[in-house]
Amino acid sequence: MAKTKTGRSGGSLAAFFARRLVQAIPVLIGIVLFSFVILHMAPGDAIDVMAGEAGTGDAAYMAQLREKYGLDQPLYIQLARYGVQIAQLDLGYSIRNNMPVRDLILQRVGPTMMLMSVSIVVSVALGVLFGALAAIRRNSWLDDLISLVALLAYAMPIFWIGLMLIILFSVTLGILPSGGFIDVARQNVSPLGRVMDVLWHLVLPAMTLSLFYFAIYTRLMRASMLEVMGLDYIRTARAKGLGAAKVTLRHVVRNALLPIVTMLGMQTASLLGGAVVVETVFNWPGLGRLTYDAVFQRDYSLLIGILLMSSVMVIIINMLVDLAYSWLDPRIVAR
Amino acid sequence: MSGALNLWRLFRRKRTAVIGLVVFALIVAAALLAPVLYPEDPGDMVAAPLLWPGEDMAYPLGTDPLGRDIAAGIFHGARSALMIGGISTLVALAIGITVGALSGYYGGWVNDLLMRITEMFQTMPQFILAVVLVAIFGPALSSIITALALVSWPPVARLVRAEVMSLREREFVQSCYVIGMSERSIIFGQILPNCLTPIIVTASIMVATAILTEAGLSFLGLGDPNVVTWGAMIGAGRESLRSAWFLVAEPGLAIILVVLSLNLVGEGLNDALNPKLKMR
Repeated sequence: MAKTKTGRSGGSLAAFFARRLVQAIPVLIGIVLFSFVILHMAPGDAIDVMAGEAGTGDAAYMAQLREKYGLDQPLYIQLARYGVQIAQLDLGYSIRNNMPVRDLILQRVGPTMMLMSVSIVVSVALGVLFGALAAIRRNSWLDDLISLVALLAYAMPIFWIGLMLIILFSVTLGILPSGGFIDVARQNVSPLGRVMDVLWHLVLPAMTLSLFYFAIYTRLMRASMLEVMGLDYIRTARAKGLGAAKVTLRHVVRNALLPIVTMLGMQTASLLGGAVVVETVFNWPGLGRLTYDAVFQRDYSLLIGILLMSSVMVIIINMLVDLAYSWLDPRIVAR
Repeated sequence: MSGALNLWRLFRRKRTAVIGLVVFALIVAAALLAPVLYPEDPGDMVAAPLLWPGEDMAYPLGTDPLGRDIAAGIFHGARSALMIGGISTLVALAIGITVGALSGYYGGWVNDLLMRITEMFQTMPQFILAVVLVAIFGPALSSIITALALVSWPPVARLVRAEVMSLREREFVQSCYVIGMSERSIIFGQILPNCLTPIIVTASIMVATAILTEAGLSFLGLGDPNVVTWGAMIGAGRESLRSAWFLVAEPGLAIILVVLSLNLVGEGLNDALNPKLKMR
């Protein structure tokens, strides 16, 4: 978390990242330990699943496999091996996909980050805009309308929003693709055409994921604006003759943004979870889709790998949010 | 009793809060009446498949491709949504209050350890953690409720910790030390009852969030197959999204109604319990 500090004597950017990474280590170790525990509390191990799939229950062969993967060792040795393995950034091997878990995940991080970043930008931008509008025109019909939309969007399950948007934009109007990453029917398109194609497929998933968070930021921005508008320094700004627009933009909005940034940091983990659901609705080839497949292939090492990797993503994004915080409010030094 | 009356007077000043409470009461009634109104298994085929809403007034919300009555599913779904949301919230409150009270009261290494654990659970994306837990422990009610509780306790712990930290320095608590009260009765008898207010507000929102998360799990096919849930109905209706969109729309509207009413009640409680904030 960003801490208040007088003066601007914070360390350099590199020092900031180094310090935050060190702080994150106990949490990461805890998560690794937790993953190990749930993996071992699971009924049956990976070998049982494999044997079940293959339809063989040859005890000797299974014992041989357990030995190969070290599953016959005492728990503390398994834990130590697991820790060493994770420390080497090795997340294990997905027997089902015949590929290291890390590579499987890295292949899918890109589309998820694309979906998340577009959704963050859209939901924050629109939330700030409409929240500010509602606060400026407090108790007007516009305020009521914006508040009603935000209240409704806040209560909708994300996957349901996605399905309703598909019905509207893909089935009824037929103007947007209902899922996928690219139009596989179109071959030999220029690189630029390909980019446009991907963006075209991104519209509905991003709209879906944004709508829920848009509701949060709108409500927060409205409350935050109303709070700031009542503060003494705003009256001072008015009294010294600044125009209404200038007061609103420079003094109210800028200060009202701080809770938004705090909330953004608190919502990172939730947003990643939302992306998982949206990806399964729209067949978007990111981490969410990978999670969904791993669930049904009972690929536990892949599932745990996703859990670890997404936790790391949350830590990194939170660091960036704290940087944004100190940029918005120079009194706060990121550390 | 006069406290409750007073609370109600403050609560009813806000129209949206009262509307939320009425809607929520209706949903609770629907959940309680489900076995009376629809005594048959909602998973049974009762009519022609894919009747549109209003086509046959015996099945006002229509039927799905297997001829199951959607209305029966909605009523029984209310039961499971409220039960799963309610129980998992109670479990989460128990964990969160214990962790928060211990770390707020004792401070020191207890606080450090418990806060690291809390941070850990806030770093893992809640929904992904819930999916992983249910996938590994199997889609049964017990594991779904456990998973929901495990992902939702950290905010309670933080809230209770902050309250306890400020309360333990207050004079009425200090005087309990002086008269030699045991630590346990100070924590449970004196401190915790005084942080009930924010806990109640949080709980109503937690039930709403748990219902949304559960719907997401059962939408992905991770619900208990023996329980009718709105999320699972939407998941099944997705197959015929193009031809019969009402199969997806109706259970979704039910979820929105529950979550919306709980949010409105929570907001109303918050305003009623913190009347000073209303002055803004």
